[in-house]
Amino acid sequence: MDFDFISKTFVRLLAALPLTLSVWFLSVVLGALIAAGVTWMRVSGVKPFEWFARAYVMVFRGTPLLIQLFVVYYGLASLPAVRASFAWGFLRSAFNCAVLALALCTAAYQAEIFRGALLAVPHGQVEAARACGMSRLLMFRRIIFPIAVRHGLPAYSTEMISMVKSTALVSLITLWDVMSVALKIRNDTLVTYLPLILAGAIYFVVNYIIGAGFLVLERRLSPHLRPRPS
Amino acid sequence: MSVATPALTVDKMHKSFGQLEVLRGVSLTANDGDVISILGSSGSGKSTFLRCINLLETPDQGVVTVGGETIKMRRRRDGRAEPADRRQVDRMRSELGMVFQGFNLWSHLTVLENLIEAPVHVQKRPRAECIEEARALLAKVGMSERENYYPAHLSGGQQQRAAIARALAMRPKVMLFDEPTSALDPELVGEVLRVMRSLAEEGRTMLVVTHEMSFARDVSTRVMFLHQGLVEAEGPPQELFSASTSDRFRQFISKERG
Repeated sequence: MDFDFISKTFVRLLAALPLTLSVWFLSVVLGALIAAGVTWMRVSGVKPFEWFARAYVMVFRGTPLLIQLFVVYYGLASLPAVRASFAWGFLRSAFNCAVLALALCTAAYQAEIFRGALLAVPHGQVEAARACGMSRLLMFRRIIFPIAVRHGLPAYSTEMISMVKSTALVSLITLWDVMSVALKIRNDTLVTYLPLILAGAIYFVVNYIIGAGFLVLERRLSPHLRPRPS
Repeated sequence: MSVATPALTVDKMHKSFGQLEVLRGVSLTANDGDVISILGSSGSGKSTFLRCINLLETPDQGVVTVGGETIKMRRRRDGRAEPADRRQVDRMRSELGMVFQGFNLWSHLTVLENLIEAPVHVQKRPRAECIEEARALLAKVGMSERENYYPAHLSGGQQQRAAIARALAMRPKVMLFDEPTSALDPELVGEVLRVMRSLAEEGRTMLVVTHEMSFARDVSTRVMFLHQGLVEAEGPPQELFSASTSDRFRQFISKERG
């Protein structure tokens, strides 16, 4: 075992971690905002909105993320109209394209998680809120949202972890994330497995921390699911 | 004429679900201190009637007046009725305390938090005052030791008593009970009925949809018997239970005693 090689590789991989994490963070936050809009459309009761939301989820959940990423990065850039528009200022950067493509994709999954969480709010508790004279907004803020969040957290943490792994795809559109650094070291040194295993370990630790964080959050938010006080 | 304003009146309420006419013109007047038991076999429309009063269901026709104020309704373009003023409905609802068959306490809040939720956030009363009042109400329903429990940690009877206290915490003019003991194990029914009886003795105005014949007979000041969406028999329980002219009512109580 060449410890010097391991430590050097590890340091180079770690140096790429901030990019991986910023792509992840920005895309899940942007995705959550899009998902909130899509969910609102889905449950709005307005038919055209509902159809749009369904179609959105179907398309972005039903096609490979890699294709979505290439369409945003190569496809849009090849359209003269896009290159001429103000959007080009945004889309000419591979980083922005990566964030946008990942956000559009996770939004579809997050919208379904949000919808499921809303559906899981017991109807009787909503009715009790209406019977107390709560306005719709107050009811959403004080009753529906807090209950839905608790229902949605387990699935949401899975989506967050899944997104960390999805960021590895951005290595294919010229970004120097952990994955692409691992591939580069592999090519340069012809050491087949070690860079990949080290990169995998980094992804694992990141995901372990995210998973643990969500568990803590879940426990803090759900005292009503803990054993009865004695 | 100096007649006191009734706490609640309902005039000729109609409600259909699709082709099914559930209510076909039911009226009711509740004066302060009235305890009105609403009886009827399942499908008679009694729960729908109660739910139409605070607009959890929207009645197709009929006028509801709470403490002299009429809930304004209007017709939509497709001919169905809807409340004209949501704010007014929200205000009316806070004057009608509702107790549900399934308790419906908010699962993410403790008992005490359940009690102060609407007083603080709907009625905008000072939090400290609400807490003090909530504790007094919990003492009244025998739930003082449970104020920091979550609903999931309580028995059905305890949940229902907390739910009654929650409804009372809004200082409602009228309490509406929708089969409050129907979801309870038989041995837990008594504790809830005792609380309801004590409220009746305090002079609370109450509308109670129930299958508890003893409560209807011994506690209520008036009994209303619904059959297929119409009032089939109505009157003070002593008269009705001993000498009703309605065959259907006599049949009904003999079956319920069964």
